[in-house]
Amino acid sequence: MTMAQETARAARTRASGRRIRAWLRVALRFARRRPLGAAGALIILVMLAAAVLAGFIAPYDPLTTDYAAMLQAPSAPHWLGTDAFGRDVLSRIIYGSRTALIVGFCASFLGASLGTVMGVASAYFGGKTDLIVQRFMDLLLSFPLIVLALVVVAVLGTGTLNVILAIMVPMIPRAALVARSSALSLRETPFIDAARALGFGHARIIFRHLLPNVMAPYLILLTAFLGQAILLEASLSFLGLGVAEPVPAWGLMLSGAAVEFAERAPWMAIFPGIAISVSVFAFNLFGDSLRDALDPKLRVS
Amino acid sequence: MARYIVHRLLLMIPTLLGVAALVFLLLRVLPGDIVELKYAGSGTFAPREAIEREKAQLGLDKPLWRQFVDWIGGIARLDFGTSMWTGRPITYEIAIRLELSLELAIMATLVAVLISVPLGTIAALKQDTWVDYFVRIFSIAGLAIPSFWLGIIIILVFIIFFHWLPPLTFTSFRVNPKANLQQLIWPALAVGYRYSAVATRMTRSAVLEVLREDYIRTARAKGLWEKTVLTRHALKNALLPVITVLGLEFAFLVGGLVVTEQVFNLNGIGKLFVEAISQRDYTMVQSLVVLTAFVFIFVNFLVDLVNALIDPRIRYQ
Repeated sequence: MTMAQETARAARTRASGRRIRAWLRVALRFARRRPLGAAGALIILVMLAAAVLAGFIAPYDPLTTDYAAMLQAPSAPHWLGTDAFGRDVLSRIIYGSRTALIVGFCASFLGASLGTVMGVASAYFGGKTDLIVQRFMDLLLSFPLIVLALVVVAVLGTGTLNVILAIMVPMIPRAALVARSSALSLRETPFIDAARALGFGHARIIFRHLLPNVMAPYLILLTAFLGQAILLEASLSFLGLGVAEPVPAWGLMLSGAAVEFAERAPWMAIFPGIAISVSVFAFNLFGDSLRDALDPKLRVS
Repeated sequence: MARYIVHRLLLMIPTLLGVAALVFLLLRVLPGDIVELKYAGSGTFAPREAIEREKAQLGLDKPLWRQFVDWIGGIARLDFGTSMWTGRPITYEIAIRLELSLELAIMATLVAVLISVPLGTIAALKQDTWVDYFVRIFSIAGLAIPSFWLGIIIILVFIIFFHWLPPLTFTSFRVNPKANLQQLIWPALAVGYRYSAVATRMTRSAVLEVLREDYIRTARAKGLWEKTVLTRHALKNALLPVITVLGLEFAFLVGGLVVTEQVFNLNGIGKLFVEAISQRDYTMVQSLVVLTAFVFIFVNFLVDLVNALIDPRIRYQ
């Protein structure tokens, strides 16, 4: 290896070390200033760990039925009891965090991203394009969130992928609305004029110049959507219009049998609901703190 | 004012037509035909002629634009067409369930107002004390706890401690007011708590803001009773943003109704909607969606109107 290569590599390592340290500093400052947000982030991390390591943590397979152990109360072998098929409730909750996070992240990420790109593009082009896109977004906004999601389910059917799409669609106009208003003021700034004067294409100006500047509202939207998406997934699955059995999902665990066996096995109805509430609570806390930290208008007050 | 109302009402028409067109197209671009899809979904075998007959009955053999015009023309006469599942008129199916859902919606709104206005006001008056913290946690929790789970927990408590099961049939308020209220208060609580969450936070910040205004200081300096200052000067002005939030949160009320009717086994519009989707009753789905969108748009209009009536500063052109 030549000298030059070696120094370049060392510089790169140093730079990445610096970047990691800078990130850690930001994270620590966030935790100190916003303990509630940090608590939310901690719960989210625990959830992520449970989802990734579900295979190692969960004491049982979430799908294996055991008719000898039906409707058992919480005990040493089954901490949170078993359901009507003898499946371990704790294991199903741990595996359920996978479904919640995958659906939540995919739907929020796609919804916020598509909405932001559409909102920014609409603001950038202005004129007739803007008018048409805005009218269309207004149309989508005249449906309550869950109704639009249910319409998409009616068109596409149930299943994990379709649920992601169903939750994504109502998020798009809400993201586009916010991104558009941020981009409208950016459009008039000199650096966009400069980019135009340099002869850059529309796509380049939108993706390289406008989008990086609406990163803050984008992140706020993304975290705000996460809690809503998890809640919506749980509601759809509860209605039997979300992910389908036997996929372990919190909302699904609450539908049907949970109410049927309420008297004999209340744990079936209690624990999945706690999982939903705690995770949505965590995402809301984290999202609120992130919004306060990122939004300069709110920071002043 | 009259001109403003007429103007806003007229503006609703293109929006509603757009909504109707969007839903109509969405359900028609489905791969395949809705009648065939229905049979495919139900798993039963249907002979070719039966499918053709049903298509003709629903008017699906006509060109797309003709179907749309017929449908819209029907809606204008309050005739939504026939349900693909039950074969009965959709208007009838909606009408027999409307009372329940409407009553539940009104009760849930009342619950939300009765929770949010007093709690938010107390939290603002006792800012940064344990009362304030409790109210804030209570309202943040309301955003996280799904209303269907709260409903399940309410039922659970009743079954375990009182051996009471939610009645299977709906008792109308006109037949037996007491039984009716006993039946609906619990689902109304489950929905109303969720509905109150944002409104509580809004009341708190609105009261906090109003209390800093000059006219509050003036009112106090005049020697008015604190109670008068609070109700006549502060609350009246703080209520405006609260009403707006309740209107905006109406979407959550709809969502709450859809899931809570399922939990409490109430045969309302929300349950009809969910059933229509799982039974692939597309004519029913499109009618209910347009109906919901209409109510949603109309509520937003009402909120604007109420704001204009309460606040003399708001003048609409």
